[in-house]
Amino acid sequence: MGIEGVGARVSRKEDKRFITGSGRYVDDMVVPGMKHAMFVRSPHAHAQIKKIEVKAAQAMPGVIGVLTGKELKADGIGNLICGWMIHSKDGSPMKMGAWSPLAVDKVRYVGDAVVIVVADTKAQARDAAEAVEITYKELRAVTDASKAMDKGAPQIHPEAENNLIFDWDIGNADETAAAFKKAAHVVKMDVINNRLVPNAMEPRAALGHYDKAEDHYTCWTTSQNPHVARLVMSAFYNVAPENKLRVIAPDVGGGFGSKIYIYPEELVCLWASKKTGVPVKWVADRTESFLTDAHGRDHHTHAEMAFDKDHKILGFKVETKANLGAYMSLFSSATPTYLYATLLSGQYDIPAIHANVKAIYTNTAPVDAYRGAGRPEAAYLVERMMEVSARQFGVSPAELRRKNFIKAFPHQTPVIMCYDAGDFATSLDTAMKAADYAGFEKRREKAKKDGKLRGMGFSCYIEACGIAPSAAVGSLGAGVGLWESAEVRVNAVGTIEVLTGSHSHGQGHETTFAQLVAERLSVPLDSISIVHGDTDKVQMGMGTYGSRSGAVGMSAIVKALDKVEAKAKKIAAHLMEADEADIVIENGALKVAGTDKNVPWFQMALAAYTAHNLPGGMEPGLKETAFYDPANFTFPAGCYICEVEIDPDTGQTDIVQFVAADDFGNIINPMIVEGQVHGGVTQGIGQAILEGANYDASGQLLTASYMDYTMPRAGDVPSYKLSTSNTPSPSNPLGIKGCGEAGAIGAPPAVINAITDAIGTENLTMPATPQKVWAAIRSAKH
Amino acid sequence: MYSVNYHRAASVADAAKLAKGEAKLVSGGMTLIPAMKTRLAAPSDLVDISRIDALKGIKVSGKTVTIGAATTHYEVATSDKLAKACPALSHLAAMIGDPAVRHRGTIGGSIANNDPAADYPSAMLALGATIVTNKRQIAADKFFKGLFETALKDGEIVTAVTFSAPAKAAYEKFRNPASRYAIVGVFVAKGADGARVAVTGAGDDGVFRSRELEAALAKQFDAAALASAKVPAKALMSDMHASADYRAHLIVVMARRAVAAANA
Amino acid sequence: MSEVSLTVNGRRVSASVEDRTLLVHFLREHIGLTGTHVGCDTSQCGACVVHVDGKAMKSCSMLAAQASGSDVVTIEGLTDGGDLHPVQAAFKEHHGLQCGFCTPGMIMTTVDMIARHPEGLDEATVRAELEGNICRCTGYHNIVKAVLAASKTMSKVSKGKTKKAA
Repeated sequence: MGIEGVGARVSRKEDKRFITGSGRYVDDMVVPGMKHAMFVRSPHAHAQIKKIEVKAAQAMPGVIGVLTGKELKADGIGNLICGWMIHSKDGSPMKMGAWSPLAVDKVRYVGDAVVIVVADTKAQARDAAEAVEITYKELRAVTDASKAMDKGAPQIHPEAENNLIFDWDIGNADETAAAFKKAAHVVKMDVINNRLVPNAMEPRAALGHYDKAEDHYTCWTTSQNPHVARLVMSAFYNVAPENKLRVIAPDVGGGFGSKIYIYPEELVCLWASKKTGVPVKWVADRTESFLTDAHGRDHHTHAEMAFDKDHKILGFKVETKANLGAYMSLFSSATPTYLYATLLSGQYDIPAIHANVKAIYTNTAPVDAYRGAGRPEAAYLVERMMEVSARQFGVSPAELRRKNFIKAFPHQTPVIMCYDAGDFATSLDTAMKAADYAGFEKRREKAKKDGKLRGMGFSCYIEACGIAPSAAVGSLGAGVGLWESAEVRVNAVGTIEVLTGSHSHGQGHETTFAQLVAERLSVPLDSISIVHGDTDKVQMGMGTYGSRSGAVGMSAIVKALDKVEAKAKKIAAHLMEADEADIVIENGALKVAGTDKNVPWFQMALAAYTAHNLPGGMEPGLKETAFYDPANFTFPAGCYICEVEIDPDTGQTDIVQFVAADDFGNIINPMIVEGQVHGGVTQGIGQAILEGANYDASGQLLTASYMDYTMPRAGDVPSYKLSTSNTPSPSNPLGIKGCGEAGAIGAPPAVINAITDAIGTENLTMPATPQKVWAAIRSAKH
Repeated sequence: MYSVNYHRAASVADAAKLAKGEAKLVSGGMTLIPAMKTRLAAPSDLVDISRIDALKGIKVSGKTVTIGAATTHYEVATSDKLAKACPALSHLAAMIGDPAVRHRGTIGGSIANNDPAADYPSAMLALGATIVTNKRQIAADKFFKGLFETALKDGEIVTAVTFSAPAKAAYEKFRNPASRYAIVGVFVAKGADGARVAVTGAGDDGVFRSRELEAALAKQFDAAALASAKVPAKALMSDMHASADYRAHLIVVMARRAVAAANA
Repeated sequence: MSEVSLTVNGRRVSASVEDRTLLVHFLREHIGLTGTHVGCDTSQCGACVVHVDGKAMKSCSMLAAQASGSDVVTIEGLTDGGDLHPVQAAFKEHHGLQCGFCTPGMIMTTVDMIARHPEGLDEATVRAELEGNICRCTGYHNIVKAVLAASKTMSKVSKGKTKKAA
């Protein structure tokens, strides 16, 4: 590795613009003639729309247009869709209800968009939005998935009887039942995985511009995957054919999953731009984000685990109710199925697993993938189960895990996944050492003397990233392939542009992707530019989510680099009259190995473009494209240990130590990987003790601003102790596993295991707020 | 935000003239401007009094402390004079909001707004402070009238607060994890007329004095005196962050800690 | 309408704006300084922090008219077009940013924090002082590192200056 190559802690190329205020986010974009939009949204969780009166609003100062769903439908704009087909255990397809971008007859959650108002200023649009008169007939609402299938519960979509979207099974019920018959111990638990709001700091935004002269649309949008946005808006929403629609996702201020999906607002802005003849910009305020960004998690689960007399796991039975909200968001069906139940084996050798998942409509915001997506739900369930079981058996939680670890690879689990590499015991040992496990009891004693309750909790998580290969996900119901594309353009002076279908919104691709190229082609980092986020520049791509950009996106670059390198070597060999097999790339030049003969990189590039002296039959230029479809998922895994101190008088939890020992496979830039873990762990701690979206029974979101939804702040978390011990992934050329979601997956069970250890009761739900912890301590005493 | 007319007052008299009808006074605006942004407040006019020099500054003469209404939380938190006369109040000011909020928010704005979770009202009550307006002087006990309600009349402007430095005082706060406002804030003071305990963030009807805790401390101003103290939950707020029972419990815990801190 | 006239990053600017115009919108929309961001509606996220008359303030919670006559510094004006400010450099060196959206506010808050703590900073103080700035990406670990590093660098610089002056 060089100082700028693979494995180096290179500071980020993209930082300069962000630290000087020169980043360009959607809200910073200005198009001549641009106007501002405000959406009129449903104040009710469930209601029929009786009448929409827009005249008064149209007459307000500055108003250019007030448009409804009826007009949108009349123009042939399609409904929003879920792009992953799940079949119920009886073979029937999932029951997807219609989701009109602007509600026409009925609203189904608070925040459902009904009317768009376009005006000269945002304030005027808001003034006019208040003047739109909508007559509703309120209907009863249901927000809790565990009650939405009850008799007499309100029916949300005519397509989904009893609000049941699908009733899906995985694993083997008979084998699992047989395993439970043999069991010496059965541990049962009910677990709630709390609903979260992703809260990227940049609110969602869209700027739609219809150019009448060219009959062409441009959409600037806060997207993690602009190409998928273009595909879906063209193919399903009928906004425009792909060649007439350009989607640009410029600097995007965080996503965490919430910016994967194509929401009503971007396509309505595009349509409204054509209707009104002006470019239309919409920027969410924070409360709109709370109400309408796809939420995450929200599972109710009952689980039972069977053990033999020596505490070896025999079987695992899981029943989950997943709340999908009022409409099926783009990948909402995949999250509680293939991204969740396929990870229920955890790091353990479990001979038999059976899981049932019921996906349920409620009158709440749509729920979809949020950092971790299904895998945090699985890890929380499995890791709570291991800890509680160990406590019930009176054995060490670490040793119960160690006894049941998978030790040989590849390992086929009973729930589809084939783990290809890992070393779980090493991560556990590393974490225990870093956490000074041996000294814990002394620390607990000291805390006791100070009137504090100290606890330690483990979490040995595993996840599946880089979802692939495309044929496999296609067979599981995915509506898209999950490959990635890359194009490497070597310019005539030897500088390089890499076009990628991945999208960076904080992950640092402009640096890590360039490091890979610098390493391979022996050129300076500064001579490499990464281009992404614009459908006019990059032909096609699948975007960034599921920790896939390293494992899949960079692998596509490797494939393109292979081709570039081969052609460059041919040219150099020809120029030096050498055998191309003898050419090596070193120190900015192509050399004949073992000699001092060389052609500088830039000279080779120039030769490719002057084309005066190329090998016979070779095309001029140096530009190569590749599409990469991985062979398998990757399986990042690790061990987290959390230590807490609790003030029993207030219930306040102080995270006094947090240790992460991860296995991410090979690492391009350790500094960036650590940053991903810091952020992920903090979101995981947030889920465990701070964050929870809370609807009242009527469907009003009580936590719709930072006044009521607790975001982790600097004072809520400690500095972290991180380490990695890496087994390379065999399924991609770089051996990368991915690191973007691990923290959010592994942290919640570690934190809750630590708190329950401290307070001596398992009777605690996330977020474990001071009030809840205080109440749990009191109820344990009585 | 709805349309509004902004005026910058040159003097208190000027402000009093402008503050008519649906107009509102604004100083730091740390509560009012956000409320206007979300359209929960819709004054016709805003009368800015933050740049009136006569309303600024901290004076300590003998035991008497006077703080101008437009003095920011930051200035209260960092005043050397006040740190000597009543460090508990400096400490309280340093715990309000965040640094940027403290740079703008003012003591006058906080007490005139009387948010049930604001910090200053508890200090004013416990210190037995006097609220000085352009028209009269009002004892803190008579000033705070309930949620966002005060004894202020139309056109009446808080110009300063004044109090006699206590022998001992301290403020302890348990924050709402999300908003960071007080779920329970307890200011205890031992002054000439004995122990006073005021509670913010918890009362159904805003800031209040806890007679139970004052009685317990009357005999002995010591945390031990509160060992078995109880506060009734009946008149306390209950929300998703804290039930009335939890608040009642926290009042005693915070009071105990405040007394210990005051004695330290 | 109000005639708003202030100094922004050393330049006199004036404009006639609706009285309800917030300072942040004045900066972003009227004079095109889009480095200052809006991340919430309740004055909590701190993405909008600028310096008004030398003090960190939330530009989403004051009217442009209230700031009229003041001296405002935004992220774009931290340096006079030259090298990075030590706080900017520390955020880069310590990877104290990811998506960059909260970063301008974080940096403006940090510059103010360091100025108010000439005695130096420790981790607990930094974490408490960051109360009004929310970051969703970094988990604060590297932000805290960057703030502490910048504080050290700047105290060395100011000590150096004092020595020279002496």
